[in-house]
This record gives sequence, structure tokens and C-alpha cells, in this order.
Amino acid sequence: MRNSVLYTIEKGELDKLIGILHRDGYTVVGPTVRDGAIGYEAIESVQQLPIGWTDEQAPGHYRLKRRDDDLYFGHVVGPQSIKKFFFPPKQRLFGIRREGENDYVFEATQPEPPRYAFVGVRACDLAAVRVQDRVFNDVMPDPYYAKARSQAVFIGVNCAEPGGTCFCTSMDTGPRCTQGFDIALTELKSTFTVEVGSDKGRKLLEALEHKTTDANTKHLVDLMMQSAAEHMGRSLNTDGLPEMLLNNLQHPHWDEVAKRCMDCANCTLSCPTCFCSNVEDKTDLTGDHAERWRTWGSCFTLEFSYHTGGYNRSSTAARYRQWLTHKLASWHEQFGTSGCVGCGRCITWCPVGIDITKEANAITDDVKRFRAEQERQRAEEVGS
Amino acid sequence: MITAIDQRPDVVSGDANAMSPVWARIVSRCQESSNTASYTMKFVDPEIGRRYRFLPGQFNMMYLFGVGEAAISVSSDPANSDSLVHTIRHVGSVTFAVDRLKVGQCVGLRGPFGSNWPLESCKGRDILLVAGGIGIAPLRPAIYQLLKNRDQYGRVILLYGIRSPQDMIFKEEVEEWMERRDFQVLITVDYPSENWTGPVGVVTKLLRRVRVDSRNTSVFVCGPRVMNRAAAHSFLSHYVPEDQIFVSLERNMRCGIGQCGHCQYGPKFVCKDGPVFSYASVRNLFGKDEV
Repeated sequence: MRNSVLYTIEKGELDKLIGILHRDGYTVVGPTVRDGAIGYEAIESVQQLPIGWTDEQAPGHYRLKRRDDDLYFGHVVGPQSIKKFFFPPKQRLFGIRREGENDYVFEATQPEPPRYAFVGVRACDLAAVRVQDRVFNDVMPDPYYAKARSQAVFIGVNCAEPGGTCFCTSMDTGPRCTQGFDIALTELKSTFTVEVGSDKGRKLLEALEHKTTDANTKHLVDLMMQSAAEHMGRSLNTDGLPEMLLNNLQHPHWDEVAKRCMDCANCTLSCPTCFCSNVEDKTDLTGDHAERWRTWGSCFTLEFSYHTGGYNRSSTAARYRQWLTHKLASWHEQFGTSGCVGCGRCITWCPVGIDITKEANAITDDVKRFRAEQERQRAEEVGS
Repeated sequence: MITAIDQRPDVVSGDANAMSPVWARIVSRCQESSNTASYTMKFVDPEIGRRYRFLPGQFNMMYLFGVGEAAISVSSDPANSDSLVHTIRHVGSVTFAVDRLKVGQCVGLRGPFGSNWPLESCKGRDILLVAGGIGIAPLRPAIYQLLKNRDQYGRVILLYGIRSPQDMIFKEEVEEWMERRDFQVLITVDYPSENWTGPVGVVTKLLRRVRVDSRNTSVFVCGPRVMNRAAAHSFLSHYVPEDQIFVSLERNMRCGIGQCGHCQYGPKFVCKDGPVFSYASVRNLFGKDEV
């Protein structure tokens, strides 16, 4: 039970909110149906939200289905998070013109990021933004990221019906938005309850017709959140997990996963926290104009680790191990948090349905079994 | 102790996020061996030249117009930041392009990045340097500093392994070092030439020829992966403590600031937590394949 004050707005007010954000100069981004999936795109009105749609998700499986109601947010997360708006998949870092033999002139570098207002962001994706903040907005901030991030507005949505691959409860990031939002909505039949998370959010709420939520409805919201937490599609045992994984880099299960993994990099591209990038330098055909681009990279590609000495991770097993141990273990040492927010995208979008929770649990369980067996044998030896 | 990231010299670059280079002109080139040359450079902007500082063991990202970028260690004396030397083996697309440059042409530089050889905290101790091939380049700034402050250290010993006598780089300097009574230099080759009279074999075999005072020795290692591993394990078996063995590692690097992810080595970013690591800090990873 959360003690924060809840307000209630009629559903129609959401469209008004989007209008206000537009008028204030924001690029409003929300979930919308495109190419048979729900993704975050710029939207003009609530009509573009996936009204009456839901998404059926399982390892390697994603289908949009009609709901028998017309909820705006009756779905969970699609293939893409809002990562792409702060950390664009392709970004020109600079251009250089060569003038004469030895004279180089820098051209205007990066464009200004738009002012984004995100509508319908889930708790896991809000958590993912906080995870990426530690990479891009910490000691040496990435200017584009820092700017886009600082001027963004977040309208969160609490999840009442988790998807088949969700496990935010295990990662302690959801299903309820608890931080990092300006406004957090819970969708009811004909109304939203609204929680205010910042001054910006309060101003937005004040522009809408709202009333304080009654005790019964508040209780209902709590029950919905509790029920959602109890109905996660997946679960991951994170107790002692980082040490467990890092101490078992040579566990045979890595080879077992590698037999299934296709190195396609879907997991890293759909992951809301994966931050690796390639830096590419190229010239045009005249040879007088060079550019540097930063593009999303993936530790699943062979060349990712290539240097003069060779490939550091030449096998799929090594690359999968790198990804999983980075996400669930070494991230803690690097950034003081897990790199996983439990959104389940890597499970849904893996073409062969490799399940990060299952693979991590498999190693944990096996090591525990092994230890228990050792204990038993030791006890027997002592006993005999 | 390796210098903490916020205590290191400021990174010089063309923009706020350290991803664009500044220009440096090649003022001289010295062919070290058939495929290796040392390039002395000066920043085109003298103001940057005055500002630029680096610590022994640190590296720069070197940009070749339109070709790409590579991490190259600085091989000159940190006390003399006016002439910045990079010693480069021409083996990849960027370094081949460097080879084609003429004196007077420019490269892009940003840096310095990374950790350094812990010369300060090793004062009073014997210093054993182990270099394999081009691995002597990032050790040379440390050698300059050690010789300059010679009275502050115990014995200073260099074990230098090269493929063949012709592959020796810094040849004249190495010969000068060998003349010194306060610097023991031992060289071994894999493939001796007819007139080679020195030791033959891997660099760890030279350990037989030196006395290692395990309680009072710090070891700096830089070479190919196999050599690093063999050297570290040899010193461990000589009871040199894990936190007195320092190894400089090589990794694919794209940004230098711990954001691109390429250089990850377990939880370490080699570009900012390394390239110089104490063995103790990478114990769980060192010697494991494919991490």
C-alpha cells in the first residue's frame, strides 16, 4: 500500500494532456500499433494509442490480439523501449572537411534533441532510463543524451496485467511506477488514477479536471498492483546471483545455451539498457569529407572484440556468457545496479526463445545442487 | 596504487564528450624495425601542447582522417610533453595508414586515457619490467621515470623478449641502458640470427638469471596475451604478491571513456579501469579464455 495521494481524471482528459504537451512544444511519444507490434512513436492524439489491443508474449513469440474491452494501455512492452530517443541507433558524432593537404575543418556536430514527452512508459522502462543514466549521464556525460534526458517528460503507466515474459517483480522495478516519472497513471474502466511524481507533473495535473481518488478506488488500485506482481510470466532468483555467475564462468551450461543461440543480437537490440556502440569512421567518394558515426553495437557479433591480437570471444558460448554475466553480474560492479530491469524483451524477441531467467536459474540451481551433494557426501564421510 | 580516474591528467579532445580529436603534426619519424616506427608529434595548437600531460602507461586514441581510430600508447618521457612519441607496429588499417604518412602531415589525437604504471607507490622497491615485442613501448615512459629518479628505487631490471634480433625496437637506447650499472637489461629472442650470442627462448626463461626478492619486488608486464599470462604466473610462483604484479592489457577500444562497451574484461573497462591492472584486481578473469 502506497501512501501517496491519488487523483482521478476522466479518460477524455488524457487527450487534453497530450494536447497541452504539444502546445508546450513537446514531441509526444506513445505506444502505437505499427507493423504488427506496439512501439513507441510520435503521436498526435489518444486515437493512435493501441486502444483495445493486447500483446500475447512468450519465449520467441509475440502476437497482437484484440481485447474484449477498449483499454488504452491493455498491453505490455513492445520490441523497442524509449532508449532510441536518448541514445539514437545511428548518430553522427562529427564531420570533417579536408581543405588542402593538411588542413582539416570540423563541421557542425550534433543536432539538438527534441523535447520529448513520453506517454505510457512502463515501470521497467523508467527503471531502464535510470540504468542508462549511470552509463551516459555520469562522470563524462554524453551531451545529446544529457540534453534529451533533462528536458523529457515522463507519463508512466502502471501495469495491471503483466505479459508472459515479464519479471519486473524479480528485478524490483515494477509493476508500479515508483520513481522517475512526472505523472503515473493507472487505467481503470472509464477513468485514470494519477500519481504526481514531480513539480512538472503537478502543473500538468492542475491543467486537467481532476479530483482526489476515493478510498475504495485507491484500494482497488493497490489490489490491481498486488495481483499484477503475483502474475509475472517469469521469475528470476537474484539472491547472490552476481557472485554465483562470476564464479561459474566455466560452467558447462554456457555451451548448452550456445547450441541454441544464433548470435542474432536481437536481445541486445531490444534490451532497454544495452549501451554498447560501434564508432565508425568513413569518407565520401571524393575522400575530402569524413564523418564519425556512432551506431548501436552488440557483444554477440564476432568483430565486437576483435583487435590485432585476435578475437577475444570467438565462440557463441563466450559471447552469450559475456552478455548474461554483464547484464546480471558485472553491471553491479560497474554501475552499482543490475543491468536487467525484467522487461522480458530479450525472451520474447529471441528467435529461438532463449530465456534469460531460465538460463541464469539453471546455473544457480545446478551449483546449488552440486553444493548440496558435496555437503551430503561430506556428512556421509564424517558419519562413517 | 594505480592513479584514480579523477586524479589523472585531463583528457584533451575537440569536444565536450571526448569523442572528437585534436590535430597533431608528425615532426619526425624513426624506423625501429621492419614493421615498427616511432613518430614524434607536436599538437598543431601550441596551447594544447602546453596543457597536455600523460602518465607512463597511458594511451591516446589516434585518428587517421576517414580511416578510423586506434588506441596507441605513448612511448616518450612524460616529463617532456613537448615531443609526444607514439611507437607503432604497422599491422591494421589505421596503423598501415600511419605508415603512409609523411613528416609534416597530421593525425588526430584524443587522450590520454587509461591507468598508469604505479611508479609512486612502488618507490623503494625493486622494479622488474617484462616486455614482449612492441610491449616495450608503453613501458618506456616508466623506464625514463625510473632512471631519472634512480635513487628512489631498489634494483631496476628489464626482461625483454623479441622474436629475432632484428625486431628489437629502441635499439640504441636499449644498448645505452645495457651500459648502465644501475639498470640490468636482459634480452632473449625466439629466433636467433647467426651472430646472436644472448639467451634464446621465451621471456620467462630469463627469470632464472635474476634474483627475485619476492617481498620487495614490483613487476610491470606488457606483451602478448600468452606472455602476460606466463609472466604473471611465473612471478606468482616466485611468491611475488598478487597486488605487486601489474599487467597492461590490450583490447578493442572505440571510445576510451567506458561508454562503447567494446573493451570490457569481465566487470572492467580496459580503457578506463586499465590498461594497467594489478593481478589481484583481475585474478578471477586472468588466464580464463574468451572472457
